[in-house]
Amino acid sequence: MHGREIMRKDNLVERSDLGFVTFDITSIFDWNVKQLFLYLSAEYSTKNNALNQVVLWDKIMLRGDNPRLFLKDMKSKYFFFDDGNGLKGNRNVTLTLSWNVVPNAGILPLVTGSGHVSVPFPDTYETTKSY
Amino acid sequence: MLVIVYYDDVLNFGMIVSSALMIWKGLMVVTGSESPIVVVLSGSMEPAFHRGDLLFLTNRIEDPIRVGEIVVFRIEGREIPIVHRVLKIHEKQNGDIKFLTKGDNNAVDDRGLYKRGQHWLEKKDVVGRARGFVPYIGIVTILMNDYPKFKVRALSFSACFSHPS
Repeated sequence: MHGREIMRKDNLVERSDLGFVTFDITSIFDWNVKQLFLYLSAEYSTKNNALNQVVLWDKIMLRGDNPRLFLKDMKSKYFFFDDGNGLKGNRNVTLTLSWNVVPNAGILPLVTGSGHVSVPFPDTYETTKSY
Repeated sequence: MLVIVYYDDVLNFGMIVSSALMIWKGLMVVTGSESPIVVVLSGSMEPAFHRGDLLFLTNRIEDPIRVGEIVVFRIEGREIPIVHRVLKIHEKQNGDIKFLTKGDNNAVDDRGLYKRGQHWLEKKDVVGRARGFVPYIGIVTILMNDYPKFKVRALSFSACFSHPS
């Protein structure tokens, strides 16, 4: 995991480039699964807020799409803003992958994948203009 | 004799209507939502939901709002409920939460939809969380709204069915 921070007003903006991730989710698709809504979310605590969750990336996979995903050099799809300055020096930012199963008809479960990655944020801001 | 037969029909129809109302109110209590069943009105959540799909909601206080969930919310001052997904949440120690939503099929988040000066949604704006869905069935409601004549014909049709013979 490689993270860079950019100072912007008094919010911290982070762009993380993922390494590469391969996953095969053929087993989740059955006759009643119309689509999967996958999302990578970051969860952390700050002084201002006991719990923060931010979706960094999401993808829709329809039944019939290639179930093997190979993601390399992905940029964060959504800006990672904190409500305050809580990302600076935050050692405990956890990234987890989850998905929402959309059936042809029936219950809409939200499943969180097992395992997670921790991303510690540095103590200082970095001023770069790398967009 | 004819008068008695007439009362019978009316009472029967009344029974059907009050049973339907009881079931609806019962659902409201069980799910905790003021509107436990909603019809999807726009294409902003495609390809998951299309116009006319029916959503079943719950709104229990014990269920916290988390990212990825599909929420149905109302913007203050507007009647039409919107069905979108939670993108960000910031929750305080005491449970106060503010969150941002986005439609799967939209390129940007919903800030542009909120009231002027409003940047976040709160628990009070939420009608419920989508827990289950059935496709197509809600088309009837949309048809009844768009074509009022259809509504009158459908209601008189169902009144015929209440005749006991």
